[in-house]
Amino acid sequence: MRLLTHNMLSSNIKGVTNGYPLRLEAEKWSVKEVDLNRDFLTNIFPRIEWKPLVESARSLGLSSLPDDADPSMLNSDDFLKGFHHALLEIHVEEGALICPETGRRFPINKGIPNMLLHEDEV
Amino acid sequence: MEHNIELESVSISMPSIRAGESEKRIMSKLPSKITSRGAQIHLVSRHPEVYEPCDDSFALVDALLADRTNLLEHKPMLCLEIGCGCGYIITSLATMLGDETNTIQYFATDINPHAAEATCKTSEAHGVHVEVVLTDITSSLGKRLSRMVDVVVVNPPYVPTPEEEVGCEGITASWAGGENGRSVIDRILPVVDELLSEKGWLYMVTLTANKPSQICRLMGERGYASRIVVQRSTEEESLHVIKFWREVDEAMKGQSRTATQTASDSWFLQFSRSTFWRRNN
Repeated sequence: MRLLTHNMLSSNIKGVTNGYPLRLEAEKWSVKEVDLNRDFLTNIFPRIEWKPLVESARSLGLSSLPDDADPSMLNSDDFLKGFHHALLEIHVEEGALICPETGRRFPINKGIPNMLLHEDEV
Repeated sequence: MEHNIELESVSISMPSIRAGESEKRIMSKLPSKITSRGAQIHLVSRHPEVYEPCDDSFALVDALLADRTNLLEHKPMLCLEIGCGCGYIITSLATMLGDETNTIQYFATDINPHAAEATCKTSEAHGVHVEVVLTDITSSLGKRLSRMVDVVVVNPPYVPTPEEEVGCEGITASWAGGENGRSVIDRILPVVDELLSEKGWLYMVTLTANKPSQICRLMGERGYASRIVVQRSTEEESLHVIKFWREVDEAMKGQSRTATQTASDSWFLQFSRSTFWRRNN
């Protein structure tokens, strides 16, 4: 699971009003380099919730992202590299995503977040 | 139309069909004279609880191939498969769009853990990356991915079955479609409407029993035009792969449209496959 995906996931348990962002607890992750694409990063940037990205990246020991970001920063190569790396190059293999409201843990196994709900949660 | 990938028959050996194991496989089994053309995607992961590529999967991939030039011009940013099974379709899509520059990100969902794992393995084995999430349709992604997805592909559970078989554990969920095979399709359509970007496209497999013309009318009420990209028929059944797009999409104006008000099931049945091949190949 990339941090891009983490950025897009919410807890959808019945009755939960504030299911975002899920807190990331990663036990095992890997880094796989991929080519940086400026257009993709520019296009996706407005759709990224910045704080959850920074927090999840920092929970993995990544400190290169600034606390806040605005579109003008996309002109900076350093910023783009950090954004690209956090968003697309880190793969969380094992761990959990925790619902901010209920504390329910959604496991991540073999890189796949399991967001399936139990019958009483639907 | 040029293809960088081979259009040879898919080298996947079909599993033997055990009685009662997979009604969907039986229903979508076609006469051998209709050959499957698809990207050369090899089955690298097999599990008794995961739906393996069958004629419906091949029809959907053929539809994507037939529309590949449009897809390339479409320049999608996010592509999504709902109910990815073994990952054959999303891997084929990623392969045929040949994205080596990371302009496109691929997502896939399933409710079957074995299927999710198989999709990871299939995509990895073909050098593409798909982000797989275990979730019901897109329930955990829908809020954030709203209006962001440019291409959605779905080979839904479309076989008419008793309602209680819908969404069962394991492989049953891959085909059991409830009344008229529409239970899951009817849940997927409003979700896709919410997910699709302004320029977004949906490609979906349907069976005649699903009343595809009614599906087109329902989507028409939501502002979508539609056309059949591929039709495959057997003596008993007929598969359609239908493409949907928002009417406002100017870029599509040159393309022929399904007149959603006048489409009828008989019209679907009469749609000539040869017409399709002439127009698109």
